[in-house]
Amino acid sequence: MTTLDTRRDQPLTEDRPLWERYKAAHHWRSAAEEFDACKFGFWLFLSTEVLLFGGIFCAYAIFRTLYPAAFHEGSASLDWRFGGLNTVVLLLSSYTMATSIYCIQTGKFRRAQVNLVITLVCGFLFLAIKGLFEYMPKWSGWFFDPTMAHGTLFHFVEGYGGKRPGSLFDYPFAVSEQMPIWWSVYYSGTAIHALHVIIGMVLIARVLYRTTKGHYGPSHYTMVEVSGLYWHLVDLIWIFLFPLLYLIH
Amino acid sequence: MSAIAHAHEHHGSYLEPKGGFWTTVWDWATTVDHKKIGVMYLFAILFMFFLGGMAAMAVRLELLEPVRTVSQTAADGSLVAVIEGQLFGTSDAASIAEGNNIYNRLFTLHGAIMVFMVIVPSVPASLGNFFLPLMLGAKDVAFPRLNLLSWYIYVLGSIFAVAAIILGGVDTGWTFYTPYSTTTDAGYWRVALMTMAAFILGFSSILTGLNFVVTVHKLRAPGMGWFDMPLFVWAVYSAAIIQVLATPVIGITLALLTMERVFRIGIFDPALGGDPVLYQHFFWFYSHPVVYVMILPGMGIISDVLSVQSHKKIFGYRAIAFASLGIAAVSFIVWGHHMFTSMSELASTVFSALTFLVAIPTAVKVFNWIATLYKGSIAINTPMLYVLIFLFLFSIGGLTGLPLGTLSTDLHLHDSYFVVAHFHYVMMGGTIMGLMAGLHHWWPKMFGKMYHEPSAMTGAILVFLGFNVTFFTQFFLGTQGMPRRYASYVDGFQTLHIISTVGSWMLLLGFLIHLFVFIHSLAAGKKAPANPWGGLTLEWEAASPPTEHNFDHEPIVKHGPYDFDTARPPHWSAEDYPLPDEPAGPAGTVVRAH
Repeated sequence: MTTLDTRRDQPLTEDRPLWERYKAAHHWRSAAEEFDACKFGFWLFLSTEVLLFGGIFCAYAIFRTLYPAAFHEGSASLDWRFGGLNTVVLLLSSYTMATSIYCIQTGKFRRAQVNLVITLVCGFLFLAIKGLFEYMPKWSGWFFDPTMAHGTLFHFVEGYGGKRPGSLFDYPFAVSEQMPIWWSVYYSGTAIHALHVIIGMVLIARVLYRTTKGHYGPSHYTMVEVSGLYWHLVDLIWIFLFPLLYLIH
Repeated sequence: MSAIAHAHEHHGSYLEPKGGFWTTVWDWATTVDHKKIGVMYLFAILFMFFLGGMAAMAVRLELLEPVRTVSQTAADGSLVAVIEGQLFGTSDAASIAEGNNIYNRLFTLHGAIMVFMVIVPSVPASLGNFFLPLMLGAKDVAFPRLNLLSWYIYVLGSIFAVAAIILGGVDTGWTFYTPYSTTTDAGYWRVALMTMAAFILGFSSILTGLNFVVTVHKLRAPGMGWFDMPLFVWAVYSAAIIQVLATPVIGITLALLTMERVFRIGIFDPALGGDPVLYQHFFWFYSHPVVYVMILPGMGIISDVLSVQSHKKIFGYRAIAFASLGIAAVSFIVWGHHMFTSMSELASTVFSALTFLVAIPTAVKVFNWIATLYKGSIAINTPMLYVLIFLFLFSIGGLTGLPLGTLSTDLHLHDSYFVVAHFHYVMMGGTIMGLMAGLHHWWPKMFGKMYHEPSAMTGAILVFLGFNVTFFTQFFLGTQGMPRRYASYVDGFQTLHIISTVGSWMLLLGFLIHLFVFIHSLAAGKKAPANPWGGLTLEWEAASPPTEHNFDHEPIVKHGPYDFDTARPPHWSAEDYPLPDEPAGPAGTVVRAH
């Protein structure tokens, strides 16, 4: 008999927090079994995510072998400092996510909420850096400058934009003929990753909301745990994308 | 005693309406009961089977007669096309060109619907959903809400596909090969819509597979070890592993293809430096393993139905279970045989050798099935007929795969009607015949009604004859050089094409008889006993149709799934089925209260 089972036998009145009153779905013998199954199912799901990105990495490997010059030139036009900053942001968020799970397991709800908020802010920061400092100038030539060195927040640089995927590619100073392929791989890889960041943030926001309502606690934290696993995967994919895209020239 | 009384809390059949019409509709639309979801899948799949079948009938009808396009030069030197014969009832040059497009769309429609919306989900999503938890002694699958979500995703994907068809159709073939699929101007966005449909259906497949893997691991009844599971569960489990591990790859491929179509990202487009063969590798890395997602659950049905209907312990239980896993493992390393002509000689030779490996676990299964039949007390009824049909057709399908895996013969046979005949023998002769066997075997359990046996057997015989008339001729057409995917052909092939088309009418008639048998059974069938065939597995422990929570008690398994010589089947009654010798062993599965 685990503690989870004995708790089910006690009368759990309305004044107890939701996580203490949690009962496993009717087809499970205990909440512990349900938790195990959810974690197992989620690991399986993560393996599908790895295989999904495997396709992108496979395309990357093939085209890098076919067109090394284009990949060299393409990587050179990425700024490793933005990529590196985003790596730090995501690593920090992974740490705060792990901390928040620990806090919920040990009943420190206030600290868990703070850590979840930091994780969410890091997610926003990642997307802002990616979108404003990386995608926007390369796609359109418009730069975002928070210091307003040119007098406005946004300024246009002639001949910088147009680094787009495939036939949308319109960059006048390209050296290599296969540049569009590089940008296709870059945009597909990072955009699908960014989509996963957004999905992860939705999951974390939901966990944050339900934590404030008392849904999760030391004996029931399934969604916190699996959202954390998802967020670590998002981080891990970026750890691979970063050197492969930014550091190969 | 009070605990037992609590466990006895009465629940009606899962089919009992919950109230008025709209209450019942709402109850079904929001149900998380694996049985209702299985039934909803079954009807959705049968409807798509009807749509895909109608397209096939149109294709066959068109091929009754060749269209002869003879080029002639007029007196002034200009080229005039002289056309004889008809294509979809028209015979002038412009209509023939349009007719060819219609033909392309029809076979694409047939292929895409049959593969993505019928055969892949057919057995696992319908019978698997219904019977996997029952056979494990569980109340439901591991994640019931996810299960309902899979069904809605399936419906959404099907709506996308049907929309693409209604809005004019897609002419790429079900494989969406690049660069054709990225450059054909038959509806710029319809191709994108269709690839999105396949992408969405992939999600449904992944979630179902994931659900089943976790269910098998975590929800087996007390006393049920891995080797006490029915072989249907082993087969669905093996297929579920493939669904989880292969489908994401087609997901990213179709996502890239959609981006290719919409944004021209050029990854698969040779004009932009992309690699169309990369698309084929990606595509078949999924689509070859998925061939075994199609066939493995069908094989699982055969193992179960064959053992129960011949009332004999299955021969080589572990060999069949491991063969399922073996097929799942080998399925991931043979995809290259779809691209023999676009690879190096060494790579082709390696893939050819690996392809032959598949024959080993498959043959293990077939021999074990035949050994099971030997000295069994075989019941001749529709499920058993379909098992025998499966064995016959699947063996032909499997053996004709060997010349296609051999490089020298494949050079002549690839892209011919030989290939068409081969995969219809394994896909339809395997999966669909397996589905029909399982559907008749478990129909009384699912709906609590018996079907009219003589009519169903007539249908089965017609399907068997029609199938062979339709597709055996296509082996000859293929070896004589008739290529796939053409609306027209040289005159010499016409006789065989006519025979094949007549066969398709027999097939249609056979399936229509089955349709009426099912409708008749639902409307006026005799009430089914809990265990009409004398099966030993846990689904026969439940009522027919099962109650909402499947079992009144949590079952404990005390004997193997096929121990016919030592265990007495649950709910045994000499009126329902005769036993050769009344077994002396323990009476049925022992059950205990919670």
